[in-house]
Amino acid sequence: MTTYTATVTVRLKRGVLDPEAETTKRALERLGFELSALRSADQFEIDLDADSADEAEARVDEMAERLLANPTIHDYDVGVTEA
Amino acid sequence: MTVAVITFGGSNCDRDAVRSLAHVGVEAERVWHEDGLPADVDGVVLPGGFSYGDYLRAGAMAAHSPIMRDVRDAADDGVPVLGVCNGAQIGCESKLTPGAFTTNASARFQCESVHLRVERADTPWTAAYDAGDVVEIPIAHGEGRFEITEERYDDLVAEDRVLFRYCDSAGNITEKANPNGSRGNVAGILGERESVAVMMPHPERATLPDLGRSVDGQGVLSAFV
Repeated sequence: MTTYTATVTVRLKRGVLDPEAETTKRALERLGFELSALRSADQFEIDLDADSADEAEARVDEMAERLLANPTIHDYDVGVTEA
Repeated sequence: MTVAVITFGGSNCDRDAVRSLAHVGVEAERVWHEDGLPADVDGVVLPGGFSYGDYLRAGAMAAHSPIMRDVRDAADDGVPVLGVCNGAQIGCESKLTPGAFTTNASARFQCESVHLRVERADTPWTAAYDAGDVVEIPIAHGEGRFEITEERYDDLVAEDRVLFRYCDSAGNITEKANPNGSRGNVAGILGERESVAVMMPHPERATLPDLGRSVDGQGVLSAFV
């Protein structure tokens, strides 16, 4: 068994309105920054023991599918590194 | 007839639901989620509130609590299940109903009275109304924007599963009358069975005459009679 750290990034699907990101963008603009777009995402880091990176990724993928992301509105990425 | 109003940590409309159900003649009691669903319930209400502090996403934690397995089994047996506000978010997160309720387009918590157009009157939840009726029921939510993929929205409409849409006082479905940016002004939908429904507006806050405002929510709660 090897200990891996998986990183799950959950973001809204393209085209789904993100009012919090819009509000944050406006706040940055009020501070005088120039930017053309701002997107927000949630990131989760998960430590787990698995026989291989593939196994770790498969398990974390299921975690994302079933809880961390809501597939109706979210896309997500899973990255795995040895801890 | 006993309806179980399920209390999660952070639910706060459970007592209101019990009182309002009693007003329309439905015996109801609060059930702590860890105690499981009593075997003989005749109905289930998932009440409003902020279960688990809206951690992760509103309703996401409660949707995976063990009692929701009982609720799903009961729903599959035809037991009526109503999710209101946070209960609607829990309903979608647990896949009792399709879609998702997410951050209001305004990015603000909105607590106001709204008008809803009854889209179908041939369901237990809307039998007290006529199709096209306009009812006044309050909302109180920060994450009530109904989102669903375009394809699944089309299915939902084709299957005639939209119960209520936000409208103006004359019943027109307009962008201005949409308080939270919901797709299609959707305020309430049916599950795969007509006996399962979720809605963001609070019928239990528009039931008791003593409050001195609309009692239009009585019709929804009367589904349990």
